[in-house]
Amino acid sequence: MSLQSLLIMRHELLLAVAAIFILTAEIFIDPARKKNISLISIVLFAIVTIAGFLPFKLTGTLFGGMYVSSNVSTLMKNILNIGVLIILIQSVTWLKKDENSDRVSEYFILIMSTLIGMDFMISAGHFLMFYIGLELATIPVAALAAFERYKNKSAEAGIKLILISSLSSGVLLYGLSMIYGTTGSLYFFEVSRHFPGFNLQILGFIFFFAGMAFKISIVPFHLWTADVYEGAPVNITSFLSVISKGAAIFILIIILYAIFPSIMETWQKTILVTSILTMTIGNLFAIRQQNIKRFLAFSSISQAGYILVGMVGGNQLGMASVIYYILVYIFSNLGAFGVVTAISNATGKENIDDYNGLYKTNPKLSLIMMLALFSLAGIPPLAGFFGKFFLFTAAAEKGFYFLVLIAVINTIISLYYYLLVVKAMFINKNDDPIVNFRSDFPTRSALLICVAGIFVTGFASIIFELIKGLSFGN
Amino acid sequence: MNILTFFVVIPVLTITGIILVKDIKRVKLVASIGMGLQLLLAALLVVLYIMQRRAGNTEEMLFIRDFVWFKSLNIHFALGVDGISVAMIALTSVVVFAGVFASWEMAFLTKEFFVSLILLATGVFGFFISIDLFTMFLFYELAVIPMYLLIGVWGSGPKEYSAMKLTLMLMGASAILLVGILGIYFHSAPDGEPFTFNILSISNYIIPIQAQRVFFPMTFVGFGVLGALFPFHTWSPDGHSSAPTAVSMLHAGVLMKLGGYGAFRVAIFLMPEAAKEMSWIFIILTSISVIYGAFGAMVQKDLKYINAYSSVSHCGLVLFAILMMNKTAMTGAVLQMISHGLMTALFFALIGMIYGRTHTRLINEMGGLMKIIPFLSVCYVIAGLASLGLPGLSGFVAEMTIFVGAFQHPDLFHRITTIIAITSIVITAVYILRVIAILLLGPSRDNQYEHMNDAKWYEKISTVTLIACVAAIGLAPFWLSSMIGTSMQPVIDKILAVNPF
Repeated sequence: MSLQSLLIMRHELLLAVAAIFILTAEIFIDPARKKNISLISIVLFAIVTIAGFLPFKLTGTLFGGMYVSSNVSTLMKNILNIGVLIILIQSVTWLKKDENSDRVSEYFILIMSTLIGMDFMISAGHFLMFYIGLELATIPVAALAAFERYKNKSAEAGIKLILISSLSSGVLLYGLSMIYGTTGSLYFFEVSRHFPGFNLQILGFIFFFAGMAFKISIVPFHLWTADVYEGAPVNITSFLSVISKGAAIFILIIILYAIFPSIMETWQKTILVTSILTMTIGNLFAIRQQNIKRFLAFSSISQAGYILVGMVGGNQLGMASVIYYILVYIFSNLGAFGVVTAISNATGKENIDDYNGLYKTNPKLSLIMMLALFSLAGIPPLAGFFGKFFLFTAAAEKGFYFLVLIAVINTIISLYYYLLVVKAMFINKNDDPIVNFRSDFPTRSALLICVAGIFVTGFASIIFELIKGLSFGN
Repeated sequence: MNILTFFVVIPVLTITGIILVKDIKRVKLVASIGMGLQLLLAALLVVLYIMQRRAGNTEEMLFIRDFVWFKSLNIHFALGVDGISVAMIALTSVVVFAGVFASWEMAFLTKEFFVSLILLATGVFGFFISIDLFTMFLFYELAVIPMYLLIGVWGSGPKEYSAMKLTLMLMGASAILLVGILGIYFHSAPDGEPFTFNILSISNYIIPIQAQRVFFPMTFVGFGVLGALFPFHTWSPDGHSSAPTAVSMLHAGVLMKLGGYGAFRVAIFLMPEAAKEMSWIFIILTSISVIYGAFGAMVQKDLKYINAYSSVSHCGLVLFAILMMNKTAMTGAVLQMISHGLMTALFFALIGMIYGRTHTRLINEMGGLMKIIPFLSVCYVIAGLASLGLPGLSGFVAEMTIFVGAFQHPDLFHRITTIIAITSIVITAVYILRVIAILLLGPSRDNQYEHMNDAKWYEKISTVTLIACVAAIGLAPFWLSSMIGTSMQPVIDKILAVNPF
């Protein structure tokens, strides 16, 4: 292996080194100083993130085409790294709790191994590699969801996640086997060359898409989402709703654009129908939620629907807007989850009613929550507005005006329930509000990163132009 | 730096200043200084604009400045004004200035109130100076969203319901508008050339008629909802009556004008063929707005509801005049926007001041206010007379121009609808005079109202500014109407070029 191939795989290799380092440190470190593991891990991860950004213009294939590194895949990995870094910083306070203090290193190792899986998945050039990456990305998350295993709900979430993952993997593998049977290869480039789209191939594609739909929680494959999100610890919920979902969307769009352009009309219809269902059902269920985590779960389902709207055109603008929106979504959704985490850590309250009158006691937290929710709803001048605008522009470019109309009507429905939370914080009165508390340094810095991202990502057009320059499509 | 950029920069600096200062007095001071500067800047802009025109500058838009923003989508931050937008900017700065002084007694979360109020104003100013559809849309939404908090937190009555209804209806309208704007964008240039959001560039190209037929109604309705187009006007009475004083002023006075201005600048200017074809539908709807609003105002008992329905009627008249699509009527539409903006702001300011003293807005519970608070009552009478179109005040100039213009159409349909719209003048007179008779001149109903104080200094600043403008337009309308008319010419030329009639 030459140095060049090491640099091509630097995301995965560095993560693996970091994970092994933490594992070793866990063995040798003095039990009294175990709390330092959080700090060490975050510093290590920050180094990995920065190293990912280093401007090596290295693209190429390894292992005989199993592993492909392109500019887009590097960009996607970097975006995921930013998100994970924010989540790690957000979880420090929660890991300090007594019941978690003996499992700090497990948390970091598990998160890093899922991330390695996602990176391999994004860089896959072969369906087998893709599948290995997908599994590696899924199984540790199930362990993380059950992290608070002494709580019934958390254990239940872990079991549900692992069951649904194996089911969806089965469905996906069945689809892959049909694709293999009709094309004789699992290499992406060969599959794309032998894919005229006869019926069995379409069937294989549908199974593949259904398997991915489970991971992204697209309606009608979303039923696990709310329960798992509610049961899992808040940080894992935010990881599931942002990073897992983002990685699955990244690989889905790469596969759709690169492997299945020959059956574009078919997958456009599939995405058209599922995106309408996803947006509408996600929104309608979100209105009725009382628990803020379930609420954000359904909101994230509908967000996946908007992202599908951007994908539908199969155009370059579509890929750019999807990647850009994931970046925006990372900052916005993690901003909202950051506030939920802070409040949950300080008081243990997780209902929307508990947020009544929050502005009087914790003005800064409620302002951040409002900004994050408005960004999710797509209100200018926040980043979410630009993100949604580009998604809809991408669909309109290919003439999907009807879909855009349904999508914008859905954003109004979503605005309604986001405003319900804003109303709770700013307008509703409460005899027993959440008391004023000052969050610690990690929480505050994570929230600051999110707020900065919410403002800067939109205004700084260079970010979008950069992403647009790297994207492909017709 | 371009003079137009200051219209966004000053409010943003004012907001920053308000956030930084500590006590309530300084918050008000910063807000009033900022908006005072904005008023002076608007006056300067009017002078500069007229001087440029006198000097023979005949370009369609002046003070153009263009920053590239998102290069790959050809999105620019493009600024530019013509006579119409200059007039709207002047109106906005007057109303905001008066609004700051009308909310001088705001004691609950003062800082947040002024921040939201000026944020709203930023959106409105940004909207009027933009000539790029993307930035226009951005500022439009920016102007709508602070309304939710302004009504929800500081409002009265069923404020949560009204705030939600208003926000969702207006944002729903903007959602439809977004589809319209995207449709315009992707038909904004011939094949092979880059698409553009710039209004001036699009206006040089004729959008294919099939596309116009789809996107004209979307754009027109999208803006029309904000201009209280029947049957989408229902947010207006609830929203206005629940909002705090300054917000009602700004909303009825300025924000509703965004609808009229946008319908004119985007829907009709860019898609005149479809506008011509479909105008009959919207003429019928706006005629209903005009009459329905006036009748609605007649039966209301709450002062704010009376004025809110009156706004529906007057803003309906704006859209009605725009749809007539000739120079006189469209000039009248802009005059009506200015005139209605000023007098309705005056009305809402006065209602707020009266409510602050009597703590009721029901006209049946008050009476004989003329003797107790003569200054405010006289102002109310002036506002009323302007509203019913008394010569010498702004309302007369505007309505006269509109009806003269509308009657220039020789066909039966336009004439009949015009006559129907004209009857609203009579109904307006009825409800205005009824209020004046009961509220100001009638017998006093309650002894507790007899010891009220007349206007304080800040209330006088607020009302006198507005009255001065109403009277100035009424007495010397020609500088304004010629400024608007000159800028209307290119629009009319474009309409006539594609639709000779």
